[in-house]
Amino acid sequence: MVEEVIEELKPKLRLKLDSKDKELLQLMQDAFPLESHPYAVLANKLGLTEDEVFAKVKRLYAEGVIRKLRTILDAQKLGTCSSTLIAMKVPEDKMKHVVGIVNEYMSVTHNYRREHDYNLWFTVTACGDKNLRATVEEIKRRAGIPDSDVLDLPTTRVFKIDVRFKFTDTDTDTDTDTGEEGVLQVADSG
Amino acid sequence: MDDNDQAILRITQDGIPLDKEPFKVIANQIGLTEEEVIARLKRLKSTGVIKRLGISVNQRKVGIVANAVVAWKVPEQLVERIGNILSSYKEVTHCYERVVIPGKWEHNLFTVVHGYNRESVERFAKRMSDVIGIKDYIIMFSNEQFKRTSVKHPL
Repeated sequence: MVEEVIEELKPKLRLKLDSKDKELLQLMQDAFPLESHPYAVLANKLGLTEDEVFAKVKRLYAEGVIRKLRTILDAQKLGTCSSTLIAMKVPEDKMKHVVGIVNEYMSVTHNYRREHDYNLWFTVTACGDKNLRATVEEIKRRAGIPDSDVLDLPTTRVFKIDVRFKFTDTDTDTDTDTGEEGVLQVADSG
Repeated sequence: MDDNDQAILRITQDGIPLDKEPFKVIANQIGLTEEEVIARLKRLKSTGVIKRLGISVNQRKVGIVANAVVAWKVPEQLVERIGNILSSYKEVTHCYERVVIPGKWEHNLFTVVHGYNRESVERFAKRMSDVIGIKDYIIMFSNEQFKRTSVKHPL
């Protein structure tokens, strides 16, 4: 019940972003200019000055809206990493302990509690000469979860990885259920 | 790819500095000119080694607070077709086929679906179910994020 209330309140706690903020996020997500003065190029598109855009960007970083500006590399082209998805049934009184162990590993990039009998789901990615199998076995052993309560689900085919969102033509200021239009829009896969 | 390309990728996959002239900062770090760094980044992007150069956004901060793994039980001969259909939807950020463990886990097609609320994610899954004709699926909302980082490729 408490969780439901928190879930309902969450959208109301979100930051207010103006339309220029959203346009800026969209541009910086999809196509950061490869130019000497990238913020001046963005400023030109937004009708702002370079200083204004740079100040906005610093604010969006400080507020935690922007996690990072970086290059996303094509794992298949580099061909150096292998990964798997592990699910575990973790008793509630052991959850904190197990999460602590799992999160220690650099190879674990994502770790979530999910609403299912298998309540802990995390990805293990091993790159270069790191051994994926050995890492998975070590985590399982240290976590003390029996094999009968563990799923080890390596990927056999990748159809899509594209974590981009659409900020500009959805009304993110709307707090109430917005019906079908409220469904998230994510930019097309490129 | 030569050593300079690798150096550029190593730095930029960790983060492009918050600076008005970020490529000059990188150039100074590795002893190239700014023009050369930009030219190399453009080339690495056009060859596809760099899939994207841009920001990652904390979607929870912009109100996209619901996220679920929706796992589908799809007959092997339909996986290719249905994987491509599900991938074409904007709400789906990840779509993978994974191994099955007979008798223990038989939902082979995994999608990650994001939405502004639980209901929109549930509605989307129902709509997908109708489109692809697969009735057997599990929605697993995440209710706590313990870790979320990115893969660092060795270069």
